[in-house]
Amino acid sequence: MSLARAIASGDLAQLPSRREEAWRWTDLRGLLRALPPPSPESFEALPPGPFAALAHSEVAIVNGRGPAGAGVPAGRRQSLALRFVASASAGAHTAAFVIEVARGAHLTLLESYEGQGDGYVVQADLELRLAAGASVERIVIAGDGAEAVSVSKASVVLAPGASFLQTVLTAGARRQRLETHVAHAGGGAAARLDGLYLLQAKRHADITTLVAHAGPGGATDQLTKGVVRDQARGVFQGRILVARGADQTDARMGHHALILSDRAEVDAKPELEIYADDVLCAHGNTVGALDEEALFYSRQRGIPEDQARAMLTEAFVGQVVERIGDEGARAVAAAWVAQQLEAGP
Amino acid sequence: MLCIKNLSVSVDGQSILVGLDLAIPAGEVHAVMGPNGAGKSTLSYALAGRPGYEVTSGTVTLDGEDLLALSPDQRAARGVFLSFQYPTEIPGVPGLTFMRAALNAQKRARGEGEVSAPDFLRLVRAKAADLKIDFEMLKRSLNVGFSGGEKKRMEILQMSIFSPRVAILDETDSGLDIDALRIVAEGVNAMRSPGRAMLIITHYQRLLDHIRPDRVHVLAGGRIVASGGPELAHELEAHGYDKYAKAAA
Repeated sequence: MSLARAIASGDLAQLPSRREEAWRWTDLRGLLRALPPPSPESFEALPPGPFAALAHSEVAIVNGRGPAGAGVPAGRRQSLALRFVASASAGAHTAAFVIEVARGAHLTLLESYEGQGDGYVVQADLELRLAAGASVERIVIAGDGAEAVSVSKASVVLAPGASFLQTVLTAGARRQRLETHVAHAGGGAAARLDGLYLLQAKRHADITTLVAHAGPGGATDQLTKGVVRDQARGVFQGRILVARGADQTDARMGHHALILSDRAEVDAKPELEIYADDVLCAHGNTVGALDEEALFYSRQRGIPEDQARAMLTEAFVGQVVERIGDEGARAVAAAWVAQQLEAGP
Repeated sequence: MLCIKNLSVSVDGQSILVGLDLAIPAGEVHAVMGPNGAGKSTLSYALAGRPGYEVTSGTVTLDGEDLLALSPDQRAARGVFLSFQYPTEIPGVPGLTFMRAALNAQKRARGEGEVSAPDFLRLVRAKAADLKIDFEMLKRSLNVGFSGGEKKRMEILQMSIFSPRVAILDETDSGLDIDALRIVAEGVNAMRSPGRAMLIITHYQRLLDHIRPDRVHVLAGGRIVASGGPELAHELEAHGYDKYAKAAA
């Protein structure tokens, strides 16, 4: 079952439903009574994307139409702004893109989901293949419309010695899932998978990751943070699988969320599944309100309550932004976070 | 200056302070001593306005202004400073950032101009050096991973930066070794001033060997049961709180 298949076939029965374990918190079958018509081709000029000032080159896939892939030749360093744009309200489409990063090459992938219309239903699939010694830093800003239903699925394959760093930032949608699969195919590769969801109103975001270590000596470091308010709902599903023989794997997963209203919700399922020996694996998961002690301490020092809440919330999420390696992308991410927090009540 | 009359405070529906009276004139340092559970920390939190500390009767005024009607941050802007017994860790907020935000918030509330970054750094460098605080430490998240003594020094640093009118020091000596105790006491003594009232809350007399109070009060059973000069602290050290605990009960 997948949203992409449902869109392609027009068959609602293909939608993932809560009866599937992997989709129990992000039910699409129960949500969608009908699929909108196919999104039309767009001839409008695009406004600049969130990373416009940073990238060497830009690819825009508008309403599912655009180039099918890109590559970085061996030893080269490039940056690419990859924009998935939904310009039509109430349209459905799928999009796909494939990126090959050759031996020793580096790519800074600045990916954005831009919902200009609303009420659209979209699945975007991305494939990333990293050759030996290649490195990619992927920064995603998911700016979907409040009424959008959006699924993004990235499949990443790492050759030995490859390095993949990812930071996903999202403000959610009516229902939204950002899914990343990473295969440490040969071992000896490194991945950092970070995420941040800042949700308000009735928005929903689901950050799902599946990391499979098939060979020895690989490393995965994951940090996801979230802040939910109003009636928003955040979902984190993280799974790290360490296969037999993937010895000396170092895998860490952390998920920490702040719930700022009684009606907001966070569902989290961190999982480590280990079949190898001599591994270092740890996970931590905390979900709670702002620390009342820190709040009172700040107020005692003269900081008004609203300012203290904003300061502590920003500090809570700041760590995810600080881990972004690319300086320009980090600045864009910091500005995006400040804007999201400002927009909150 | 600080005037507490007939103050009663409940926490979770339980009466902790019952009709406490205490007045500290400007320029004086008073010590409140008492056994565990007497209500010492409740007094400090009630003065600072901590949520959950419900004032059921009485008044607290600072130069005639009703403090109880003000929020914790408004009280801070009026010059009320509480040095916490257990200073809170503030992850992700560097000490310098926190202190500057707090100082400027206080100044804004008082209708004063904000302090510029260079002026602020100059001020902090000087005060930190007095307290033997490594300036690099102020770039780290406030109090995160700090030792008990470092946290207390960070409290005294903030006190000297904010220059409050009323300073309440809650068990400032707990967790300090003898060197840290001396540095902290020197920091407090340097803050003595004709325009400032100070309230030192402590279980033991040892801090009062370094900071000589003008008056000593015994807090037992939720009220002040005895007051005297500095010699009262020595008497408590020698004979304990038993007779006061019985008097309160």
